[in-house]
Amino acid sequence: MPAKAMPATEGAAAADSSSATMTVPAPRPSVIPGGTLYRGNEGMWSWVLHRITGVAIYFFLLVHILDTALVRVSPEAYNAVIGAYKTPLMGIAELGLVAAVVFHAFNGLRIILVDFWGVGTRHQKAMFYIVIALSVVVMAAFTPRHLISVFGG
Amino acid sequence: MTTTDVSQLDAPRSPHARTRRGINLEKWGWIYMRVSGVILVVLIFGHLFVNLVLGDGVSQIDFAFVAGKLSDPFWQWYDFFLLWFALIHGSNGMRTIINDYVSAPRVRTILLGALASSAAVLLILGTLVIFTFDPCPAGADPALVASFCGDLS
Ligand code: HEM
Repeated sequence: MPAKAMPATEGAAAADSSSATMTVPAPRPSVIPGGTLYRGNEGMWSWVLHRITGVAIYFFLLVHILDTALVRVSPEAYNAVIGAYKTPLMGIAELGLVAAVVFHAFNGLRIILVDFWGVGTRHQKAMFYIVIALSVVVMAAFTPRHLISVFGG
Repeated sequence: MTTTDVSQLDAPRSPHARTRRGINLEKWGWIYMRVSGVILVVLIFGHLFVNLVLGDGVSQIDFAFVAGKLSDPFWQWYDFFLLWFALIHGSNGMRTIINDYVSAPRVRTILLGALASSAAVLLILGTLVIFTFDPCPAGADPALVASFCGDLS
C-alpha cells in the first residue's frame, strides 16, 4: 500500500479523485504545522505575548521609578510630570499598559501551573483561553473606571 | 536492530554532561521568576487597585497623595517589596531575552552590564526615595502638600 508513504494532503487528494473505486477514508490531514507541536499554536502565542508584555512593563518600570523619585525633588516637579499621566492620550496608553500587566500576570500563573501542576501541561491550551477570558473580564471592569477618571470624574 | 537505553541519553539540548558542583545560579533564577511572580500578582494588583481604582482613580495622584501613603510605614514597606521584587524579576527576564537574541559576546557583555548597573542604581535610588522622603518639606507651597502638614513657613 503506497499511500502509507504519501504525505497526508496528497493521500487525501488521491482518495477524492478515485472515490469511485476506493472506499478507504482519506487519512486525516496533519494538524502539526512545520513539524512541531509548538509553532503557530496557543503555546507559541502565549510565549510571544508574555515576552512582549514583559519587555513593555520593564521599560515602563524604569520610567516609573524615576518619575516617582521626583517626590524627593519638590512637590512642583512631581505634580508637573505626573500631570502627563492624566492627559487623554496617556490615559489611553495606560489602558494598554494595565492590559499588558494583567495578561502577563495571569499568563505567568499559567506558566507556573504548567511547571508545577501534575496535569498542567495537558491543560495548557485550556488555561491559555482562561487567561484571555480573565484578562478581558478585568479590563472590562477597569476600562470604564479609568476613562471616567481621565475624561470626567 | 540496535536498542538504546533511554536512561543513557543526554537531556534534550544539553551540550555536555553536567558535572559542575556547587549552586546552580540558573536554576535559582528560574525558581526566583516563579516565586516572585506569585508575590508580584498580589503586590501589583493591590498597587493598581489602590492608586487607579479606589478614590478618584488616576486624577487623584499628586504630591499630597503620595505623601499620605509614604508617611505610613505600611506603604513604605509595601512599595519597598514591590520595587525590589519587580525590578529584579524584570531585569532577570531581560537577561534571558538578551541571552536569547544577542550572540556577539562583546555586545552581550555590554548589554548585560548596562542592565545590571541600571537595576542597581534604580534599586538604590528607589529605596532612598521611599525611606528618606519628607512629606512636609520646609518652605513648600501649603496648597501642594498634605493637609496634615499644617504651617510650614
Ligand atoms: C504580575 C505578576 C507577574 C507574574 C505572575 C510574572 C510571571 C513571570 C513568569 C512565570 C515568567 C517566566 C520566566 C521563565 O520562563 O523562566 C516571567 C518572565 C518575565 N517577566 Fe514576569 N511576571 C510578573 C510581573 C512582571 C513585571 C512587573 C515585569 C517587569 C518589570 C516582568 C517582566 C518579565 C520579563 C521581561 C520576563 C521574561 C520574558 C521571557 O523570557 O520571554 N514581569 N514572568
